[in-house]
Amino acid sequence: MYRYDQYDQAMVDARVEEFRDQCQRRLDGQLSEDQFKPLRLMNGLYLQLHAYMLRVAIPYGTLSGAQMHILADIADKYDRGYAHFTTRQNVQYNWIKLEDAGDILADLASREMHAIQTSGNCIRNISSDHFAGAAADEVCDPRPYAELLRQWSSFHPEFSYLPRKFKIAVIASPTDRAAMKLHDIGINLVRNNEGELGAAFYVGGGMGRTPMIAPQIREFVPLDQLITYAEACLRVYNRHGRRDNKYKARIKILVHELGADEYRRQVEAEFEHLLAQKIEPPFAELERLCEFFGDPGFENLAEAEIDRSDPEFALWVDRNTHPHKRPGYTSAVISLKPVGGIPGDATAAQMRLMADLATQYSFDECRVMHTQNIVLPHVRKADLHALWTKLDEAGLATPNLDQIDDIIACPGLDYCSLANARSIPVAQKISQRFAANGKGDTLGELKLKISGCINACGHHHAGHIGILGVDRKGVENYQLLLGGSEADDTSLAKITGPGFDEDGIVNAVETATDVYLANRADGERFLDTYRRIGMAPFKEALYG
Amino acid sequence: MIILTGNDLATGAVTWWTGSAWSHDVADAADVGDQADAIAAREEAARRVNVPYAIQAEIGPGGIVRPAHIKDRIRGLGPTVRPDLTLKPGDADAVREVI
Repeated sequence: MYRYDQYDQAMVDARVEEFRDQCQRRLDGQLSEDQFKPLRLMNGLYLQLHAYMLRVAIPYGTLSGAQMHILADIADKYDRGYAHFTTRQNVQYNWIKLEDAGDILADLASREMHAIQTSGNCIRNISSDHFAGAAADEVCDPRPYAELLRQWSSFHPEFSYLPRKFKIAVIASPTDRAAMKLHDIGINLVRNNEGELGAAFYVGGGMGRTPMIAPQIREFVPLDQLITYAEACLRVYNRHGRRDNKYKARIKILVHELGADEYRRQVEAEFEHLLAQKIEPPFAELERLCEFFGDPGFENLAEAEIDRSDPEFALWVDRNTHPHKRPGYTSAVISLKPVGGIPGDATAAQMRLMADLATQYSFDECRVMHTQNIVLPHVRKADLHALWTKLDEAGLATPNLDQIDDIIACPGLDYCSLANARSIPVAQKISQRFAANGKGDTLGELKLKISGCINACGHHHAGHIGILGVDRKGVENYQLLLGGSEADDTSLAKITGPGFDEDGIVNAVETATDVYLANRADGERFLDTYRRIGMAPFKEALYG
Repeated sequence: MIILTGNDLATGAVTWWTGSAWSHDVADAADVGDQADAIAAREEAARRVNVPYAIQAEIGPGGIVRPAHIKDRIRGLGPTVRPDLTLKPGDADAVREVI
């Protein structure tokens, strides 16, 4: 893992004291809310429905056991005993007092964390593959490059007031596990025909009210030009992005309106200009960062057979583990989606357990998935049963990764001031419905995602089944969407037709799965069947 | 009726103007008529409330003030998915009544 150096720590510590002073000045009345709001947002502090909400950055979703412990301590000491893991691999607290904000940031800083750039029109937390450094299919560990981008983008003076927020994802596998093409910039680390590592740049993706899949802007950027190319992409956006209209200010609109070819031409021209300026950090700096992400002392194990005599354990292994690059190891997913639970929520006690299990079984490391689960990336297969037993005792062994009840759901109208409808109760009812009727186990991979408003924090555009909550004359209403994907076969879901009430949308989801079961060919996922048979059979079943 | 709501500056907690002070209980909310802007400006300047705004409400069953929009009804109670964290953790009907 990356560790702060003296400069990192000094910057974060200084920001803690600066924000502590700003909070006090707000409480004392020296700052108005209009003056204070941009300052608190720069430090991840929102004002939500019921209280202040603090969003803490977790770079590329990676946490040590000690970091997870301090997150649990904050939940107990300053919040109400729980936290919410988000679709940006971050964590949020829902009940923060303004007077505590400085102390919370100080506690975070003591474990090399902060909330800087988790809001505002700047480059946000860099996300990545939650199996980075462990996945059998990656060409390299993407995290050193994500860290380089994090350092470049932190406090970048030119990009502190972009037209809108800006999100970057970095992956290094042919399988996209980070929704890379649905980011403002998606970077896929690849090898060219000469075997050299480089970066494919995808620019102008996003969800929200105008979902778009990012086109490829550059097939291969040499690694010693990575930052220069990213800078060029941002400069063109910063120069021409629509600051006149919030709803047209994301880079996806610029790329769409210019066209990918014209945007590419401008980026390449800026890139040539910047190359001459020699802004790229020394390659030795990248090599230094790579040293933080070396293998964590793997043993030379033989490939191990897992004892599958316990059927519940075997099912969890089948669903919640992922192939590791090293023999004898696997990556284990801790589901935060118990039947009827709140997706992404974890109690402080659960967080402490996950921290301790990361330390004991996974080289002191865990990851936050954008699907709101937690990964222990490096677990010896020989330890899997012991790990599963401890998770099961704590209610954390739900075997549902990528199943219909592994639902992404935004906080929705239960917490969020932007939401139009509640997301969580719909997720709870769907998981309960499919647990009760037994159909959940028959469906295979089915990714269901729920957003409580058009901003799409719940990634509904990218769900095999998506649900969008809307406000219809003051009443919650839910639109059903089908056919989205945020994987390497990225696609955008389409609305089926008129919306439903809360119970109606649960019935509609079941109806859609019934159509799938009636039409599925051997080996087909829900998404495959939808793509083969199209929308019509689903609409017929839903609306007659 | 028109009622005035905002958040407590220090805690962010939802508050309702009672006619003379701020309460965490929406049942205490008073009709402010056409005085919303004046009260909001005065109270915000005195740092007794943060980002106040006026909303439509009605008198519901039992004479209880009921905000017209579900968002404000949820603000008045707390998250419907965590009844234990609402202002009425012992009231089994509280969540159903705001939906």
